[in-house]
Amino acid sequence: MKDAPGTRDYDWWLLAILATICALGVMEIYSATQGSSLSGMYMKQVRWLVIGFVLMFVLSRLDYHLILDQAPILYLIGLAALIAVLLFGRTHFGAKRWIPIPALGELVQVSELVKLIIIIVLARFFAEVRSDELDLRDLIKAGLLVGIPLVLILKQPDLGTALVLMPMLAVGAFLAGLKWQHAAVFSLAGMLLVGAVFYPPVSRRLLKPYQRERITSFLHPENDPKGSGYQLLQSQIAVGSGGFWGKGFRNGSQNQLGYIPVRYSDFIMSAWAEEQGFKGVLLALGLYMALLLRLVQNAQRAKDRAGMFLVMGVAAALGFHVLVNVAMVIGAMPVTGIPLPLMSYGGSATLFVFLAIGLVMNVRLRRFVN
Amino acid sequence: MSYSFRNDNRLPQGRLAVASYVIVGMIGVLLLGFWKLQVIDSDRYTSMAERNRVRSIPVIAPRGRMLDRDGRVLVDNRPSFSVLLLRDDPSLVEKYLPVISDGLSIPMDDLKDQLYNTRNLPKFQPIIIKPEASDADIAYIESHRSDIPVLEMISVSRRRYLPNGFLAHAEGYVGEVSEQQIEASNGKLRPGDFAGKFGLERQYNDLLQGTDGQRRVIVNSVGKEVDHLTTQEAIPGKQIQLTIDYDLQMVAEQSLGARPGAVVALDPRTGEVLAMASHPSMDPNDFAVRVSSDDWKNLNEDPLKPLLNRAIQAQLAPGSVFKIVTATAMLEDKNPPENFTTFCPGYATFYGRQFKCYIFGKGSHGLAGLHKAILESCDIFFYNVGMRLGIDRLSYYGSKLGLGHKTGIDLPSEEPGLMPSAEWAERVYHRKWYAGETISVAIGQGAVITTPLQLARMIGGIATGGVFKQPHLLKDAPNVGEERFALSEPTVEKITDAMYGVVNEDGGTARNVRLPGIEVSGKSGTAQVIGYATREKFGKQKKFEDNAWFVGYAPKRNPEIVVAVLVQESGKHGGEAAGPVVKDIIKAYYDKKNKRSPGQLTTENKPKDSGDGPAVPRAKPVRMALKPETSVAAAPTQAANASPDR
Repeated sequence: MKDAPGTRDYDWWLLAILATICALGVMEIYSATQGSSLSGMYMKQVRWLVIGFVLMFVLSRLDYHLILDQAPILYLIGLAALIAVLLFGRTHFGAKRWIPIPALGELVQVSELVKLIIIIVLARFFAEVRSDELDLRDLIKAGLLVGIPLVLILKQPDLGTALVLMPMLAVGAFLAGLKWQHAAVFSLAGMLLVGAVFYPPVSRRLLKPYQRERITSFLHPENDPKGSGYQLLQSQIAVGSGGFWGKGFRNGSQNQLGYIPVRYSDFIMSAWAEEQGFKGVLLALGLYMALLLRLVQNAQRAKDRAGMFLVMGVAAALGFHVLVNVAMVIGAMPVTGIPLPLMSYGGSATLFVFLAIGLVMNVRLRRFVN
Repeated sequence: MSYSFRNDNRLPQGRLAVASYVIVGMIGVLLLGFWKLQVIDSDRYTSMAERNRVRSIPVIAPRGRMLDRDGRVLVDNRPSFSVLLLRDDPSLVEKYLPVISDGLSIPMDDLKDQLYNTRNLPKFQPIIIKPEASDADIAYIESHRSDIPVLEMISVSRRRYLPNGFLAHAEGYVGEVSEQQIEASNGKLRPGDFAGKFGLERQYNDLLQGTDGQRRVIVNSVGKEVDHLTTQEAIPGKQIQLTIDYDLQMVAEQSLGARPGAVVALDPRTGEVLAMASHPSMDPNDFAVRVSSDDWKNLNEDPLKPLLNRAIQAQLAPGSVFKIVTATAMLEDKNPPENFTTFCPGYATFYGRQFKCYIFGKGSHGLAGLHKAILESCDIFFYNVGMRLGIDRLSYYGSKLGLGHKTGIDLPSEEPGLMPSAEWAERVYHRKWYAGETISVAIGQGAVITTPLQLARMIGGIATGGVFKQPHLLKDAPNVGEERFALSEPTVEKITDAMYGVVNEDGGTARNVRLPGIEVSGKSGTAQVIGYATREKFGKQKKFEDNAWFVGYAPKRNPEIVVAVLVQESGKHGGEAAGPVVKDIIKAYYDKKNKRSPGQLTTENKPKDSGDGPAVPRAKPVRMALKPETSVAAAPTQAANASPDR
């Protein structure tokens, strides 16, 4: 490649932040699973992280413009994969989200890949909008672009991933020059939708029973002590009982005795907060904030709009993950099944984050190239 | 399209800056959320986490055993499991109540009642919802540990009594504590706890009970115990040794048999109760677990009153046994003089009313002095003595000999009986004492009523020359009470001679009680439940049959054993119905004593499974209350009638 960048151009700060967050995650996965049938899981996570780093570097070498060129094809592949999942997917935890990928020997969640594809497609779409202002026609086009895969993902059903597509669209549209009037109308519509979800006569038509149950038990946790309301309560107890200083590594009773649900994955922040206390939370959330701000900084220094949209799509996805997951851990949002990026155990989710960061690196590496 | 996006570098820096602020704001809000949980409300969540992981499980102290005087086990414990309901989280309790009701087959209403009754207790205290878990219950709880987090099992020890009501009334029984008991216990007792309710169980509850301990354990989210924090050991209740002799008790139970009545055997030298039986009996094992209100009602309303300890609670006319009081009064007061005689034609008239002798219509006692009158139990003689003494003297002697007040035995709810007097008539009925009443009282009819225990104590005391030891069941009881009522030697001599004659001389009313080589003495009594006149009116009905008494002792002076037997509504004469029971017990006492003194077969090294005698309780500890229908073989009333003759 003519413009092959040097190693000096990598965002080493970003990588350092990334590595630190991953280390916290591995540490907490170890603590949460030691002595149980899941012990050793942290090593699996390390394996995923290694694979992720490799993929990230590979992806960063490939000029993102070439990737954006292939956006329509990627989009079609994404849709095809989603349909394939619906038709042939393996049912896991009551939802079809997985197709077996032989090479990796593990199940890969297609919707994670689709998130990545949507980031690319939206970046390409918004970059091609020439005016500084986004008119309604383009906005509707973008909405449709996101809407089709979103419906397919909802069919799996995977509310969490479907929700992640929304902030990608919103952030992209905002940066593409969304008009304030449109923003007002759409946020009103969004609020109505959220209201409807919480309003039983409507939610009965919109949501799956288990999703409705999550919402009702979020609103009335006492009705369903062993359900997801109970999970939220136990998570709150874990976080609250950690206090400022925490109970110490491998010492959280809520964590070690299994009161925290899926404590190594979706609720890993709960286990972390219990054992490391508020000081640990400060560290973890500080790192996430640094990560996100670093992404914005990379967007600001992008060579072109397409690069910026790519980076900000990634930032939107990661930021939304952090927000929804952490809010759930402190009991401020219902259980949605969205993992905490880089800390939660999980192959697909980890790979998604690293590939996304790979895109960011890609943009960064080419910021001075003409 | 020529990829215009490649060179378009108009970046919306303003909006990107907004994105930065949004990120900082978002993290800030999340941190505020953590601050609230981890710093502001931390204490609350810390205690919730503690309640999650720490469970307090009571460790029930086993009650002390009861041993007989030779150290044989009379009352023991058996292991059992109780089901606890953890009430820390009311919503969980509410949720699982129907499942529990179903799984453990406890009626829903019953569960709700129990929860209601314990609503004022601290929530961390579990309650016992099923005191006796069946095998099926245990299996159910074990298999549902993870999905019913509010159930817990504890091992408890249940009382095990000898079957078929052996010694039941003296031992008493335990039951779930009443609300009054809980209040009186200063927090020591909780609902569902067991405490002595009757008999020795109640009398010595404080000794027997012990103190429950507590285990604080760490449980994981599926209710599995993973570690324990502290254990406050239960302090077991103290074992108590009774004065009861298992062998004599066995004879007493068997000899009295199915007839309603009571047996008390005392050692007058010490006041020790050697045997105490009351029939019909009840099975205290039935109360060892929660007793259903229906069963309880049936027992309480049973016309035969199985819950009554007749030995200390039956207050009945002593009949001719009272003549010993009249005779003592006569000899001590020398009124009439000791050579006083009467002629008995079968009846006599006092104060214009005819009084019959029991012999009326069957013959006559002829001319009788004191000795013959006691031997043959001539009513006419004692009518005359009573008339001459008057009620005040009779009452004085009766009271001094222990009638009309409690003996002070270490059992709850002893009855005092009644020794009437002019003062009593005045006080209770606000009327004058009728002289005619004295005539009846002189032969133990009329208003005078006594318990079997009182009569045993009295006769034993008289034969000892006026020393009345407080009857008691606790061996090594500290400071046993003693009453002395000095009787002159000639009085004691004459009366004991006469009582010896009752059994051993021609004409005595209880010659069937005689035992070769043993100075068995005693006095029979046949007390009318109603007067002769009333009986004629109602005809012969079972419930109006005479009560048969016999109070026997041996040897003639300073006895080692005195036995009072009451057989109710036997329709037989006292010596005839009650005498043989006394005889059996005294014989068994001497058999054992004579065997033991040469040192051959003492009870301790007697072969335990000899098969021909009732099993030594320690030898067959299992079964009993669990399967009453199968334990018939071991029943004392049916096994080995040979035992007294062995």
